[in-house]
Amino acid sequence: MNHGLVVAVLMSGILFGTPLLLAGLGELLAERSGVLNLGVEGMMLIGAVCGFWISQRMGTGSVAALAAAVVVAGAAGGLMALIHAFVSITLRANQIVSGLALTIFGGTVGLSSYFGSVGHLTGSAGHHKFASLNVLGLAHLPLVGPLLFGQNALVYISWLLVIALSFYLFRTKTGLHLRAVGESPRAADAMGLDVVRYRYLHTIAGGVLAGVAGGSYSLLISPSWNDGMTAGAGWIAIALVIFGFWNPKLVMIGAYLFGTVAGLGFTLQARGTSLPPEFFSSLPYLLTIVTLVLVSSVWSRRRLGAPAALGVPYRREEG
Amino acid sequence: MISLERRIDVTNRHAFIAPIASIVAAIVIITIVLLATGLDPVSTYRQIVNVSVGDPSSVSATLLNATPLLFTGLAAAVAFRMKAWNIGGEGQLYVGAIAAAGIGLLIGGSAPTIVTLLAMVAGGALVGGLWALLPAFLRVRFQTNEIITTLMLNYLGGLLLYYLIFDSRSYWRDTSSAGAVYPQGKTLDLAANWPTLTFGQIVIPFGLLLGVILAAALTVTLRMTKFGFRMRVIADSPVAGRYAGIGTGKMFLAVMVISGALAGLAGASQVGDFAHTLDPKALQAPTYGYTGIVVGALARYSPAGVVLMSLLLGALVHAGFELQGPHFPLGLVGTTEGVLLFCVIGAEFLHRYRVRVRLPRSPLAAEERERAAVSAAAPAPAKPASRYSVVRPEESEA
Repeated sequence: MNHGLVVAVLMSGILFGTPLLLAGLGELLAERSGVLNLGVEGMMLIGAVCGFWISQRMGTGSVAALAAAVVVAGAAGGLMALIHAFVSITLRANQIVSGLALTIFGGTVGLSSYFGSVGHLTGSAGHHKFASLNVLGLAHLPLVGPLLFGQNALVYISWLLVIALSFYLFRTKTGLHLRAVGESPRAADAMGLDVVRYRYLHTIAGGVLAGVAGGSYSLLISPSWNDGMTAGAGWIAIALVIFGFWNPKLVMIGAYLFGTVAGLGFTLQARGTSLPPEFFSSLPYLLTIVTLVLVSSVWSRRRLGAPAALGVPYRREEG
Repeated sequence: MISLERRIDVTNRHAFIAPIASIVAAIVIITIVLLATGLDPVSTYRQIVNVSVGDPSSVSATLLNATPLLFTGLAAAVAFRMKAWNIGGEGQLYVGAIAAAGIGLLIGGSAPTIVTLLAMVAGGALVGGLWALLPAFLRVRFQTNEIITTLMLNYLGGLLLYYLIFDSRSYWRDTSSAGAVYPQGKTLDLAANWPTLTFGQIVIPFGLLLGVILAAALTVTLRMTKFGFRMRVIADSPVAGRYAGIGTGKMFLAVMVISGALAGLAGASQVGDFAHTLDPKALQAPTYGYTGIVVGALARYSPAGVVLMSLLLGALVHAGFELQGPHFPLGLVGTTEGVLLFCVIGAEFLHRYRVRVRLPRSPLAAEERERAAVSAAAPAPAKPASRYSVVRPEESEA
């Protein structure tokens, strides 16, 4: 492999890994509080369509349009997560079915597609796109230049989030409390923590990140709107949280690994290959299954990382 | 002050009220969505009713759309009952269709019609079941989360469909001059078309009859056989199941394979009853696999209920295709399905809990009420009957 190809593969890995990373960090927050949210795919699609909608309506000034789009994408994802929070925390419904409902509701033939048609967005090209920056003017350096200094704003946001969340989870009191809520809500409740409040806030924060992750499809990877454009990335993000043992840094490594595989097809096809496109498209899904099997066979023996109360509704009155 | 009390006696009355209340609630929410986006709800609903049950041909079309939903609804109902989270109905449907189309192309016209029909049914069920066996095995052997694996297999099944028709010169693809213009599947011999039953002008597809028979068979299995009893025990408590000597792993495999086979039948029926070719786009667009989950949940995972709910959602899906346009975005169907699903699991809450709203007045009155409540509660223990009655899986969910 020549130098140019290496950079191209790594760059596309970061590009395709960014939505996985953002959505994975969001799911990690929700799951750390004990709420399993299988609605990531639905929240991402809603974020993608709402962000794109705003960016198309905003005329000039890419920076303002993109900032507004990210805010709206995050808000839309957060509102979606609020539905899941209400149904699964307050109404104590089965979290698996509620999450599926969220994905069906927002999904490929759901509300995101509905917005796409009423907003006349389907198939139209985007006016705004996150551009690569040149941080400190170092983007021209060989190899590390583009990788570290020539990324776009969303990538830098995701990097800051990894650092911030690692600090939050493992170095702050609130983070400790959050983990307590996910491990043993009853003990946390006895300590005087508001379990319901922790779960609501972190589920919604997870939705905000999923919404922004969706926005990175419609505002970065392919600035446009097409029904179901995230193509299962939300589900891979959920799997990434398991691979990453509920740890932000490991989720980041996983996201870039999967992003590289997802981007590989595009990179190689652009350079000409005889393999069918389905081969490359199927790689992330196959890799998810294989990795999940490997991780779970180890995990089942060592019980690493998973919040003990994950997926279990908390009923205070039934002590 | 709002307080929640867990209901001790959950009556069957709620089982009927919950789905109806959910449907009413969903209609209210969808009306708001329609109004918010500037569409006329009354005319939308009138159109839906007209195109789904307005005349005999509409009814026939609704039945045709209900058929795959009946199978995928049963698939979800069987699996979810035992908390086997088979989200892979979509992929199992695709591979079932691939198998049935392959068999139809291979022996349609040369073998006797009845043999062709049975082989397509068996092939669809078998391959659908095998597609579900892989995640089931991984779960039993390695504790691999079946939600993620069944879902990944949906995407892989979809890519396989595309590969067979668009990017290869496979056995399924029409490679004659007509197929050269736009890639499409070979059309099955007429002898491989599944029979229909006609009532007046209403056409009932064979698949629908098969689905109703299977729903009846499943009801009997769940209620009256050892297998059904074991399923209920494991659904309530896997630990209790293990102590009772039930092979929980084997049961999980069996339930997943049955569920996959049912979803595979949905695909076979799509080929035999409807498309008569392998058409990737027509198989993927309606998302029958995911909609089956909504059907199953609305039916509260009862096979008999699935029959009714598949008709309801079949009407909705059919209307979605028929009315698709600026005044009826296709996304409305999925949105409605999602809202229905939320309402039905939300209604489950009212089914299990009694919500009491008490307004605190003077402290003295509150104290008095409390005293009254204590004295009322003391001599009334839980009904003894409830200790022995069989707890249904969906009600006992932890």
